[in-house]
Amino acid sequence: MLSRTADSLYWMARYIERAENTARLLDVNRQLLLMPQTAAALDHNRRSVLEIFELTVRFFTVYEELTPRNVLEFMARDPANPSSIYACLHAARENARAIRGSLTTEVWEAFNDTWLELHRQIDDDVLHTNPNAFFDWVKWRSHLMRGVIDGTMLRDKGYAFLGLGAYLERADNTARLLDVGFYGRPRHAGDPAAPALMQDFYHWSSLLHSVSGFETYRKVYRDVVTPSRVVELLVLNRDMPRSLLSAVDAVNQCLLKATEGAAAEITHRASRLRTEVEDAREGNVLDTGLHDFLTNFLMGINELGDRISRKFLVPVV
Amino acid sequence: MDPAFPVPYLPKAAYDEMVDETGQVRRPYRDYANWLDAQDPELLRAKRLEADSAFRRVGITFAVYGDEAGTERVIPFDLIPRILEAAEWQRLQAGLRQRVTALNRFLFDVYHDHEIIKAGIVPAEHVFLNPQYRPEMQGVNVPGDVYCHVAGIDLVRTGAGQFHVLEDNLRVPSGVSYLLENRKMMMRLLPEAFAALPVAPVEHFPDLLLQSLHAVAPEGVSDPVVAVLTPGMYNSAYFEHAFLAQQMGVELVEGQDLFIQNNTVYMHTTSGPRQVDVLYRRIDDDFLDPLSFRADSVLGVPGLLSVYRAGRVAIANAVGTGIADDKATYMYVPDMIRFYLGEEPLLPNVHVWRCSRPDELSYVLAHLPELVVKEVHSSGGYGMLIGPQASQAELELFRQRLLARPGNYIAQPTLALSTVPTYADSAIVPRHVDLRPYVLVGKEVAMVPGGLCRVALREGSLIVNSSQGGGTKDTWVLKS
Repeated sequence: MLSRTADSLYWMARYIERAENTARLLDVNRQLLLMPQTAAALDHNRRSVLEIFELTVRFFTVYEELTPRNVLEFMARDPANPSSIYACLHAARENARAIRGSLTTEVWEAFNDTWLELHRQIDDDVLHTNPNAFFDWVKWRSHLMRGVIDGTMLRDKGYAFLGLGAYLERADNTARLLDVGFYGRPRHAGDPAAPALMQDFYHWSSLLHSVSGFETYRKVYRDVVTPSRVVELLVLNRDMPRSLLSAVDAVNQCLLKATEGAAAEITHRASRLRTEVEDAREGNVLDTGLHDFLTNFLMGINELGDRISRKFLVPVV
Repeated sequence: MDPAFPVPYLPKAAYDEMVDETGQVRRPYRDYANWLDAQDPELLRAKRLEADSAFRRVGITFAVYGDEAGTERVIPFDLIPRILEAAEWQRLQAGLRQRVTALNRFLFDVYHDHEIIKAGIVPAEHVFLNPQYRPEMQGVNVPGDVYCHVAGIDLVRTGAGQFHVLEDNLRVPSGVSYLLENRKMMMRLLPEAFAALPVAPVEHFPDLLLQSLHAVAPEGVSDPVVAVLTPGMYNSAYFEHAFLAQQMGVELVEGQDLFIQNNTVYMHTTSGPRQVDVLYRRIDDDFLDPLSFRADSVLGVPGLLSVYRAGRVAIANAVGTGIADDKATYMYVPDMIRFYLGEEPLLPNVHVWRCSRPDELSYVLAHLPELVVKEVHSSGGYGMLIGPQASQAELELFRQRLLARPGNYIAQPTLALSTVPTYADSAIVPRHVDLRPYVLVGKEVAMVPGGLCRVALREGSLIVNSSQGGGTKDTWVLKS
């Protein structure tokens, strides 16, 4: 397979995953802002979306005021913000177009149709009058594209590069979400293993909702929501599709297939990352510092992505 | 009795392919007219809308140069097919085979012994002073002596059985993907019509193309690796490049994907370098190799030409075919056919006045409002004058251009191109058409029945190019 083709497959999958996660995050954030809360908490929640993507500085070069409307504009449809949903869906489609001959017709049409439909979705003011509908649309388009890929693409190396892009991005996004969620968690004294107080319940449940994990939590634990179990579910539960362990597992599998064992150094690095996640089970990550753990994890993911690019794809110049 | 056309329809001055002067439907269209008569007009209207959105969703688009960068447009597609009888197509096919064979012989001759020049048929200065002549190719042998592997020959019709060759496209002719997608669209929208009429299939074109490309692989290569070389996704015909690569099951590469080592062309793959034996290139000569041609080209592959000249990679179409489809070369083609094949041309040319000759120039200047004037080296319908439709100012502009650089122009009579019924809003009206069959040359000459039918959608317009407001139709060759 051409390196450039692998590169485009990898990035189109990454951008779709990023668009979906951004939509999830904006959706949950919006619901959080509707909850009764202190002024400090409100300000924190408004900032958190920008902080997850490390876009606070960039935001304030464009907008003066941190209002929900401005954040939504910036993160949903600002073409100049490379992390906006608009920019992600555009990049996904441009990558797909660059290799449309290597995709099944259905995959290409799903990407192209999403791009064409996006203009109808954001052309009028629906984004602000009914943002939920827009976020739902983005999520459903992502499900559609993932489903068409799963249902029609040959399981060759290209499929493995698609998977690599999607799972690396997912690992990255879940880690960021957790980091911001815990960084800004309600600071009460108390045992993280104890049930969350009523006013905190919304914080944790919204975090779960953002990864479609609320029902899963109930099903797995059949118990009240506690911060430490939220971490356990989103970091360590191998069966939870958006957990770090599950994403890193998938990265390892895709890597074997994509490299055909020809890149020992990279596969070794990926399996070490997996071990580090599993090791978090032993020590109580929440006590020893979730932020440090997640920061390390994000560095590991970025480094892995970078090495994959340099070895197999078109290196970022 | 002949059926009358089912809706009010009045062909104008030109020959209409469906309806004769008395309003009767001509023979090739009779079954279709009956079928059309039985259709619900509302349903057909809905199908037309469906076609447009389907083309957009499938991304069958082209970019228009000069528009905002990256703008993609859909070529308007007309639901009424152009229909040819088997016998008509067989005559065209024989003429096309003859013409392309002679053109390939001419190219071989130009780059070898110059027999046709020695015989005094084509003037030496026309070849050797022509910017399309590539001295790099002099004496180079290409596999099978084939230079033009894919030709697009533009045909126009002026009356019953009267087809003329308007233009030869021998460099990187485009449009075949529209031919194939148009057929796919028609079969999807109007499957019943194909049950009613015996339409010859065209879907095997990519197989024929791949066979032709395999046939011209460098000597000693038994299982050649073929790739389609594209300038990239911002090229106006990118869709077609991707389409053909996918249909043939070969890689679509850009210049940056290729490199030269040990006199061999390789592509960068995730498993390391892989050798490439045949390049179906969709990049002009000028951009192929910055070491040999335009140094500022970032589309090509440095060193490609030297590998090519050494016979270590095949390039289709060959470098230097532009000398044979130059608009000034065109007028020598009938003589080429006589010279190389000893046959009379089956498909006539349209008359040409060479503005480089003083007597012919003065005729052209005196009759400018009746003539079509074309730039010798241009293509795509850009930079031409259609006398009968030009304003005084445009005529004056061309008069000055002709006087300033007569050698840069040729003139032809304005032909009354045939018309075919075409949808315009809710009415069906006559519109002018041309036909571009694609001729493949490998071990032998091959083509699929029919070709791309382009239609000038504006009333009275004679320009069918997609960049100038033209649309397309499916072409049906009926099996006998």
